[in-house]
Amino acid sequence: MSTSRAAAILLAKELRLEFRTREILTATVVFVLIVIMLFSYVFEPTAAESRRYGPGLLWISFLFAGSLMLHPSFAREQTNDTLDALRMAPVSPFAILLGKLLANFVFLSITEAVLVPVFAVLYNLSLAGVAGRLAIVLLLGTLGLVTTGTVFSAISAHARMRELLLPLLLLPILAPLLIAAVEATAALFSEQPVLDRTWVPFLLGFDIVFLSASWLLCGFLVEE
Amino acid sequence: MTRRIVMTAFIAALVFFAGYAALFIAPDESTMHEVQRIFYFHLSAWMTSFTAFSLVFISNIAYLKTRRIQWDCLGVAAAEIGVACCSIGLITGPLWARPVWGIWWTWDARLTTTFILWLLYVSYLLLRGLLEDPQKRASLSAVFGIFAFLDVPLVYVSNRLWRTQHPQPVILGGAGSGLDPTMAKVLALCVFSIFAVMIPVLIDRYRLERLRHEYDELRVEIENRAPDPHSVPHSVPHSVPTRGVV
Repeated sequence: MSTSRAAAILLAKELRLEFRTREILTATVVFVLIVIMLFSYVFEPTAAESRRYGPGLLWISFLFAGSLMLHPSFAREQTNDTLDALRMAPVSPFAILLGKLLANFVFLSITEAVLVPVFAVLYNLSLAGVAGRLAIVLLLGTLGLVTTGTVFSAISAHARMRELLLPLLLLPILAPLLIAAVEATAALFSEQPVLDRTWVPFLLGFDIVFLSASWLLCGFLVEE
Repeated sequence: MTRRIVMTAFIAALVFFAGYAALFIAPDESTMHEVQRIFYFHLSAWMTSFTAFSLVFISNIAYLKTRRIQWDCLGVAAAEIGVACCSIGLITGPLWARPVWGIWWTWDARLTTTFILWLLYVSYLLLRGLLEDPQKRASLSAVFGIFAFLDVPLVYVSNRLWRTQHPQPVILGGAGSGLDPTMAKVLALCVFSIFAVMIPVLIDRYRLERLRHEYDELRVEIENRAPDPHSVPHSVPHSVPTRGVV
């Protein structure tokens, strides 16, 4: 079976599993809402201030959300040793990782699609005219986040204190992604919204580096 | 044993002399004066930590390629040395910056990169402490180590594009750069002395990790052995710590 077909089947399985309970999605959306609410105490949320701090807050909340929601990705497979079943399936290790990675990408993208408009309303930011370009930045940033996050979720699933470990591994690695995503988002919320020529390619580069690394190293993540 | 004592005494003398040279032999710096003397150890610590982290990266790749546990042991030994030297750099830096820049810390490209580098390798050591199975510990921490090392240039470039305040490289930094010859000699001595300390520590730490592995393997072997009625009953100490963090 080709890797893409196997990954598609595994993606469908992950989505079916999640949409039966919607546990991860509901918890993540509520979590980000709480973070957004709490940030309103940190500064005076007028339009001008929001343009300065908004992009940072938005990405910090997505980073935190990601570091929490990615944990079950592999840990969930351990309850009934279902990772063994996946290992025995005649598919490449990259297909297993890719299926999970794409599922996490879908979950985090849904969270963002729900919460960016809410954030814009609560913090007086205008999405008119920038929605398409903002989507590009969000997609590139989210891809980098879930790529590293899914790999580290496979690593931390074998450790003690794994819930605490995943953010410790993930958040420092994501520092460059955070800078690039925040700057690119801020460029879209400025007076003359532009798709940043420096940071959008940087995000793309980040995604390519870590996707390639995941492709090269995925065999070690799912081995017995 | 005598060799160890002689070597320790030699290295101690070397470090003492390097410190003396940095404080009294190196010429005065024209704008920063005495404060600048911390630079001899700041830069040496940074060079050692960078060498150590590169060694971690090499051992990680080599382990995944060969599956020889020696590489894993070298990886952890080098990571601990790297974190130790990186800590020296992170402490001496602000001590210098306070009188010269007027602030302890600034979120400049090099400072931020070093700080994140330190955090990444502390996470690496933490991860190793939390993975129980020796095989899993070796392979999974190697994957994390490779990701961490790949992240370093990205952190640097992103912070560089963002803002930077650290002094430009003094050595090999292009036109107008360069050190006074005496300063260069003192610097070389300091670099040599800190390497002279760290290499024996690295070797010792590597040996210790090898012994721990051997001990773990023997313990598993004894536990798996079927009880033999004729053999002398043996007791296996379970409380001996099998690994530590930093």
